[in-house]
Amino acid sequence: MGREEVPFLPTGIGVIRNMELKQQAVAGTAESSDIMITIDPVGGDAVDISLDSSVEKAFGDRIREVIAETLKNLGVTGVKVTAVDKGALDCTVQARTIAAVYRAAGNAGEFDWKEIDAWNA
Amino acid sequence: MMFMPGANPAMLRDAGLYGADSLMFDLEDAVSIAEKDTARALVHFALKTFDYGDTETIVRINDLNTVGKLDIDAVVRAGVDVVRLPKTETAQDVIDADEVITEVEKACGREVGSTGIFAAIESAEGVLNALSIAKASPRVRGIALGAEDYVTNLKTQRAYGDNMQLYFAREMILHAARTAGVAAVDTVYSDVDNMDGFREEVAHIKTLGFDGKSVINPRQIPVVNEVYAPTEKEIQKAKEIVWAAREAEEKGLGVISVRGKMVDKPVIMRAERTIMLAKASGLIGEEDL
Repeated sequence: MGREEVPFLPTGIGVIRNMELKQQAVAGTAESSDIMITIDPVGGDAVDISLDSSVEKAFGDRIREVIAETLKNLGVTGVKVTAVDKGALDCTVQARTIAAVYRAAGNAGEFDWKEIDAWNA
Repeated sequence: MMFMPGANPAMLRDAGLYGADSLMFDLEDAVSIAEKDTARALVHFALKTFDYGDTETIVRINDLNTVGKLDIDAVVRAGVDVVRLPKTETAQDVIDADEVITEVEKACGREVGSTGIFAAIESAEGVLNALSIAKASPRVRGIALGAEDYVTNLKTQRAYGDNMQLYFAREMILHAARTAGVAAVDTVYSDVDNMDGFREEVAHIKTLGFDGKSVINPRQIPVVNEVYAPTEKEIQKAKEIVWAAREAEEKGLGVISVRGKMVDKPVIMRAERTIMLAKASGLIGEEDL
């Protein structure tokens, strides 16, 4: 997994580059307090997030924002995200998004915590 | 010590609400092989996000020969108090885990040695090596019996109500823990609907000398706390002994007597333990002493 500094990021820290999505992947469940994230590589630069949430009225925008930020931090583009939320907290949305991306990239579970923790520092 | 699966976001969020002394998030047997990666991420974020207060956080990792090193990387960086090793058979298992933990602590800037190890002993070999396991690293905070795997290894099964079946393993673990100066925690009681049987087993292991019991359901926690909480009479007696011992120390006296009985060092140590348990159970505060 190569990395390089990307100065335009608001946090000013490096991101994991070349997180190339190779396959569709899912992480999470449809249980209460969880979110199921499905990642589909579609090519190009677009990031399309579709969310179905039991708390859409209050937190829909926030959930989309957390997913989008997480994808940006991971350096992922050309992706369609389908999320089914049952009231997940931000930390769960992040955990599920990261797990799904790593699965889609074929690196399931080999998280770069140094990098990931730096986003939330 | 309350066990809970590391794969369940709601349980990770609510874990601190039940009054357990320590929380053990499981990445091993309670998580299917297909979800090891996602549970690792959930537990990492839970440890970084939720405030569990004074409750000790423990994560049971997978075997180092499978994904245990990835588990250690995820949880030590997230600030876990203690890493619980599954199926510890030899001192080398502890030494190997210690090395990985040290590597991660150095890499993330955490104080080297600040992460504890809890070794679960779950086989005949582990039981016979209990002392060397308990002494294998200064990180070892305690050892615990994992009875389900242990009885399987012995080619038998759990027989609830039979206090002799686990007697040898429990005594080996207790003696090893006391020799090494670490905690001894007893195994889980899986029959969660049998609360009477559970209470009997907790009373039994308290009498043997165990520091605590592993629980798998929040309903079991009050029972452990009740059984371990000293009675008012025991607390009063312990207070009198501790006060008398303090006074004797100030006056430079040796052996003292309380209520007409000789009080020496072992009696004082038992009284101090009673006070510690009373404090832990919320029955007395610092001001009562």
